[in-house]
This record gives sequence, C-alpha cells and structure tokens, in this order.
Amino acid sequence: MTASNPSIRPNTLRSGPDESGHFGPYGGRYVSETLMPLILDLEREYRAAQADPAFKAEFDDLMTHYVGRPSPLYFAERLTEHLGGAKIYLKREELNHTGAHKINNCIGQILLARRMGKTRIIAETGAGSHGVATATVAARFGLPCTIFMGAVDVERQQPNVFRMKLLGAEVVPVTSGAQTLKDALNEALRDWVANVHDTFYIIGTVAGPHPYPELVRDFQSIIGQEAREQILAAEGRLPDLLVAAVGGGSNAIGLFHPFLDDASVKMIGAEAAGYGIDSGKHASSLAGGSPGVLHGNRTYLLQDDDGQITEAHSISAGLDYPGIGPEHSWLHDIGRVEYQPVTDDEAVASFQLLAKLEGIIPALETAHALAVVEKVAPTMARDQIIIINLSGRGDKDIPTIAKAQGVTI
Amino acid sequence: MTRLADSFARSRAEGRAALIAFVTGGDPTPAATGAILDALVEGGADVIELGMPFTDPMADGPAIQRANLRALAAGTTTNDLLAIATAFRVRHPQVPLVLMGYANPMVRRGAEWFAAEAARAGVDGVICVDIPPEADGALGPALRAAGIDLIRLATPTTDAARLPAVLDGASGFLYYVSVAGITGTQQAGQASIETAVARFKAATDLPVAVGFGVRGPEQAEAIGRVADGVVVGSAIVDLIAEHGAQAAGPVREFISTLSAAVKRAAKEKAA
Repeated sequence: MTASNPSIRPNTLRSGPDESGHFGPYGGRYVSETLMPLILDLEREYRAAQADPAFKAEFDDLMTHYVGRPSPLYFAERLTEHLGGAKIYLKREELNHTGAHKINNCIGQILLARRMGKTRIIAETGAGSHGVATATVAARFGLPCTIFMGAVDVERQQPNVFRMKLLGAEVVPVTSGAQTLKDALNEALRDWVANVHDTFYIIGTVAGPHPYPELVRDFQSIIGQEAREQILAAEGRLPDLLVAAVGGGSNAIGLFHPFLDDASVKMIGAEAAGYGIDSGKHASSLAGGSPGVLHGNRTYLLQDDDGQITEAHSISAGLDYPGIGPEHSWLHDIGRVEYQPVTDDEAVASFQLLAKLEGIIPALETAHALAVVEKVAPTMARDQIIIINLSGRGDKDIPTIAKAQGVTI
Repeated sequence: MTRLADSFARSRAEGRAALIAFVTGGDPTPAATGAILDALVEGGADVIELGMPFTDPMADGPAIQRANLRALAAGTTTNDLLAIATAFRVRHPQVPLVLMGYANPMVRRGAEWFAAEAARAGVDGVICVDIPPEADGALGPALRAAGIDLIRLATPTTDAARLPAVLDGASGFLYYVSVAGITGTQQAGQASIETAVARFKAATDLPVAVGFGVRGPEQAEAIGRVADGVVVGSAIVDLIAEHGAQAAGPVREFISTLSAAVKRAAKEKAA
C-alpha cells in the first residue's frame, strides 16, 4: 500500500498515481469546491493509515476472520478439459463474505471512515454487490448507511435490494437520467456535498476523484497478491495470462496490479459490449469511447461530440456504466493490458457453461471474463496457465438469466 | 474596464448589490432562450448567467437537473449555446454574460477551442463547477489568454488555508456558494453569510456574490445588504418549468421584484 513518485522508479508500472492523482493523462481531482477540502483530508488520512501498522493489522485481521481470506485459487479441471488449451485457475472471490470482491475495499474504507471520525456512510451501487458489501461493513461497525441505486437496477436486482435492507441500510432508488449506476453515482455525490461534515462516501470502484482510484486499488490488490503466492505454490511459476471483467475495473486492477511488472504475464480486461459495439448499445468505454471528465476523474467515457455522456447498456448491472477507472485508461493506452469487448449473449452463454461444468454460478459481470477465456484458452498450449478472477457469485442474477431465457420464476 | 467590472462598479455606485440571474441555456428550447434572457435584462438583472446543459449535473438540485434534461431533450448543443450568447451580445452590448457549467462539455473540443469560441460569442466570464483550482491546468489559462474572466467558487468548506488557492487566478467576481449542498434546496442562515462575506472581502478586492438557495425578494434583500452580488437560479428555472415557452412574462415580473429588493437593501444601508 505505497505510492511513490514515478520519477524515482522509472522501471515500474506500479508506482502511479503521481502526486496530483494522475495515471498518465488520466485521473485527477475534478470535484466541486465544497468537496475539495474533504478529498484532501481523505488523502492525508489515507497516507497516515498507510504508515500505521495498526491500520494494516486490523485490515488483515478482518480479511482473515470476517471476509474469509485468503480466497482459494481453484484449478478448473473440467473447464480446462472442455476448452482443450491452457490450464485455467479461478481466483474464488465469490467465496468471500457477501459473495464478491467488493467487501475487500469496503473493509478498508470503513476503517478510514472511522479514523476520520465520520458517523454516516453512503455508497452507490449498480448490481448491488457493492451496496451489499457497504451495508455489511456499516452494520459491522454500527454506522447508519444509505445506498443510492438506479431505479432500473432496483428492479432488476431485487434480491440484493432486499439483502441491503435486511442489513439495515436505507436504499434510495434514483429516478434521474437512465436510472442506472451513473445516476446513482450522481445522486451519491449530491448527498455527499450536502453532508460533508459527517458523511463518508465509500466509492465501489477504482474511479472517482483522487485518491479513490488509488486506495480502492490498494485494498483490492490483495486479490493479486494472494493469487501470485498461490500460483507459485501450485505451479512453481507465474501465470501466462490474467483475465478479469472490467466495469469501473476494481476486481481487474486488484488481480492485475501485483503482476504489472512481470512482463511475461499478459492481461485481458473484458468490457461489456451489450448488443455489440456497432449497435451503439454497449458499456465499452475503451472500445467505443473517448477521454473526458466525469465523476471526479479524467478517463475514457461514452460521450457525444458535445461531451454529453451517452447511456451505457449491459445485461450486467455492475458493468452498466459509461466510464472506466483512470488507471485502466492508462494501461490501455500504453498497451500493458488488452481490453476485449464481450456481448450480453456471450456472457450469458459463459454463465451457463461454468454452472454446468464446474458447479459454480458466476456473477453476470464475471461471466464476461469467462467469455474471453473461452475464446483464448483453446489457442494456448496445454502447459500454459490462465488465472481468471471469479469476482462474484451469480445468485443475484438468477432473475435476469431466467428472464433472458423466457422463464418465469 | 471589462463589462463585468463595469457592471459591479455601477451597482456599487448606486450603493446596491448587483442582481445576477441564472437560467439554463436551451430550456425549454434553444429558440425560446433569447426571449427569456431579454426578460431577465428588462426585469433588472445586472449580470446574466447562462447555464450550459449537461447530462450529469452533479452539483444541481432537482429544479436545475430537470432544466438540463429539458434543454438536452430539446436538442440543445454547445453550438446552440454559443449562438444564444452571440445573439444576446448583439441585443445587449453592455450586459455581462457568464457561462456556467461542468467541465466535460467545456473541454470536449479542447480548452483553447472553448475559450476562443466563448470570446467570439462575447462571453465575459466562465464558471466551471467541477474544476477546482488544483486541477485547473488547461481551462483557466485558456480563458485568461482569451480575455475571459475565470470566476471561482468559494463554499462553506473553503477554509482560510484553501482560500488563497481559490483566489489565485480568480477574476470577475468571487461566487460564494452559501450552502454546502446542491442548488435550490437549502437556505443558508443570514449570520453565516455575513461572516463568510466579511472573511472573503478581507482577502480579495474582487466583488463577492452570494448564491445557492436564494428563493425570493426577502432573501435577496437581506443578502443585498452585505454582498456585492446576489445570484438567483432555481427560483427562475422553476418559473420556466411552469410556463415553458411563455415564461418570459412571469420571469420579467419575478426579476423586477428581486431588482426592487436589492434596491431596497441599498436604501436601508444608506439610512
């Protein structure tokens, strides 16, 4: 959990962001003046926490005993056989408490909130995974919690909405704009600006104003740190390829970041292509967008010629966002990570394949990464190794899949 | 002297605050905006703030959010905004016009492009909600080079340590966002406004205007007693929501009550 000046360590890709919060030309702090002092406070407090062994000790303890880490690295034998190429390992983040990688970041941020003396928690959520994880840590630490969720997402993610309420959170359906994740983020920012004195905003992905992209990445990097040790123990060598789904990109950066300086390890991020990039109805900000400023950072966005943000589309609520974390934009530009679009139909097919072959129902978000693996694994040698981040479980998506299949449940 | 400086100087000479009126450009349609801007001037507004619509107005409350969506639904483009400004400048050569909005539409084609086009349209100042001084490496310099004032925002969270950074590079006037919150929803206490204005005036020679949550003549009068400018937005936008393309009349009437209020405040100050 350290950030250093890139000018001192020119041979690493892991030293960003710079002092102004930039990864190359991306990132930064584009917020209203009201939030600026708070963002600067957060950065100071995060630096202090990084230097405080007690903070790390408490984080590690909660990771072990509350979240259930380390998550297993599982060799998917039948999936490997089926695809007939590289050996496929699943990093089982769906086995974490609350069923996704999101809890890693929430534990880190709630500890920061407590350090800063904040007494109220807010968050945005798309699929509901981050909302559930936030509601969970808020309950664990006894803080009131409000979750902003697009009204469309509230409708398509009913199980998670109910789960958040069971955990004591207030869920606010957001009816502005397209009523999805982007609008939930707007509304959370509006709440925050009106309640700066007591409220901590737990952002769920590696986006937003600096230092959020950095601190969320740092908390999620536990995924890649564990995977690295686990694959060395299992295979005695590093993997050839890492694959993860990318919406904002927190599970992907969590897996990728500890391997960025290992040149032999290739990486692919799976972007949600909805009905296909050419259809215009997708959520692939790298394949179909351009750089701009939204939600506190400069990054690739879906936008028109006037800089108006265009609506994203994905069957997966967690990927239904017109932007991407700034570090991914940079990794894309420098070519360190390849990003591939995956359509709704491909993701649904991969969702079903994993359920049938391995007895694991993945989140629809995660299924996008599986679809990439289905394409690339057969082209690789049998002694090559792929690690895929199984970022979440798919119980929440069962109504969506049933609907896609025309089944009433 | 710039049109903005000139306008504040004239108000000051009359011993009163300047009345600054905000509407969202293109609301309800680009074609209807010109008549509404005229109504603002006729009603007695000293400075016009023309909002640039954006899909994601994070700092705005429901009234201005809906105005943004109405403007975009009517097909309002950046070029429409510039055309509205250009036509306004022809009709009102002396009235200062300020563009207010969010970063992305302003920097989409490059900060230099935006600054040059705004200057060509006769725009006097720009307020960008989501570019704080620390992130202002491109837009501010481009505007200054084009002779346009960069109007900075100060808020209740802008403490003494931050104020110099906010004032560095600021020109035109200082816009005090009197509540920590979004537009048009809460109202600040008069005492907190007075304290803040005094604090800013001790730190800068720029005129200090106060906005956010100023709903009607009573507040405009109270704020007019202590500030150099009073900004009214959501209350006007509400009238446009209600009357649509026929809003010019009601807007003119409302602005004249506000204009009378800041003049009353002047008399009270003099008395």
